Amino acid sequence: MSYFSFLAEHGSTLLLGTVTTLKVLICATILYVIISVIFGLMRISNNSVIQGVATVYIEFFRGTSLLVQLFWFYYVLPFFGVSLEAFTAGVVAIGMNFGAYGAEIVRGGILAVPKGQWEGAHALNFSPFKRMKNIIIPQIFPIILPPAANLTVELLKATALVALVTVVDLTFEAKQINAITWLSAQCFGTALLIYYIISRFFLVPFLRWLEVLAARKVGREKI
Amino acid sequence: MVRGSCCKKGWEGKNIMNAEWKWDFALQILPQMLWATLNTIMAAGIGYAIAAVVGLLFLLGQRTPYKIVNAIVREIIEFIRSTPLLIQLFFVYFVGPQFGITLSAWVCAMITIGLHFGTYLSEVYRGALEGVPKTQWEACRALNFTAFYTYRRIVLPQAFPIAIPGMGNYLVGIFKDTPLLSTIGVAELFHAATAVGGYHYRYLEPYTIVGIIFLILSVPAAMGIRKLESSVNKSQGKVKN
Repeated sequence: MSYFSFLAEHGSTLLLGTVTTLKVLICATILYVIISVIFGLMRISNNSVIQGVATVYIEFFRGTSLLVQLFWFYYVLPFFGVSLEAFTAGVVAIGMNFGAYGAEIVRGGILAVPKGQWEGAHALNFSPFKRMKNIIIPQIFPIILPPAANLTVELLKATALVALVTVVDLTFEAKQINAITWLSAQCFGTALLIYYIISRFFLVPFLRWLEVLAARKVGREKI
Repeated sequence: MVRGSCCKKGWEGKNIMNAEWKWDFALQILPQMLWATLNTIMAAGIGYAIAAVVGLLFLLGQRTPYKIVNAIVREIIEFIRSTPLLIQLFFVYFVGPQFGITLSAWVCAMITIGLHFGTYLSEVYRGALEGVPKTQWEACRALNFTAFYTYRRIVLPQAFPIAIPGMGNYLVGIFKDTPLLSTIGVAELFHAATAVGGYHYRYLEPYTIVGIIFLILSVPAAMGIRKLESSVNKSQGKVKN
């Protein structure tokens, strides 16, 4: 069986799986961005309770394995009366895990804004909320976007894990086709290629574009 | 033909279990889990050792005098870095038998971890080498040191402290990725938890214990690395003064 006839027969299945993978990617990215902003801000709070909650959250999710968290969300949470669908469990687990990593990036970004900016806002009598919203946050994007881009690529790779909690994504489809045909090189090779193409030719250029945009925006504002 | 399906038995049974935590059951399975933890640590250790060497090879591959070779190695690294470890594991594990090469799950796992994290470690090494000021290289040239002597006595002693935090982070990273190995049947901690859970039809305790063991091992490790990082930064600062 040549590779092309393999593609003709199973290509559409793999593409369907790719669509699910992209859905997981987009939903989990949105969730992780929200979580990282919230917990990143909580982490630099002066209130020690809020800061403590954020620290425990971050250490917990960074300290355990994503796969363990995923299985915990899917197989253990039903014990406590919370039954999540496989897709939801996957998105929530990935989002919360990467949110913990992202929170540290956001925290680092906020602390990296030059001290003069904070003092300037203080001198102009901005309220803490306004200072954050109008002065600090707009400046953190060029700082946090490069590490956040790396994290997002990692997230794309992590979406493969949702196949293990029965989400029918690209990995799951590749496994299914492998179980039927035993053409392992073809199906896993194609899956690897698809992940590579998504990351190399779509995700990374998009994130680079965002970085350029953010840098330009700050540059313009400086002038 | 049953390869890879060994850890799926009994998952359907999740709805008929009750929610309370049973201490006696947890204590009963704990020794088994602790034994499996040794396997996890071993997998992480061996995988890391291989990755450290492979990383060096990738680094050298990017620094050859031939531009084409460098570009090809660079692209291979990009490919490995941007595809999921899980599918790489499946690829290595299932493709071998297709061409008549049968490797054990452990060997496949170590090859894959070594290759995957080798690419990351090569980036760490590269960053460390680039972190050594250019003037150091120029001074060595001016003093007519051989390349070997330059690396051994001047560059590497300075590059190594820069690489330590990154290398430590990936050690913890490999440790946290070892549960993936259970998917091809390596008998590590997560595999043991799934097996125990399937046998007793209870998943609450095994998976929670796995989480706790991971926390106990990786949080102090991460903290230690952070401390190391700050002390390295301090010592680097002292060197500058």
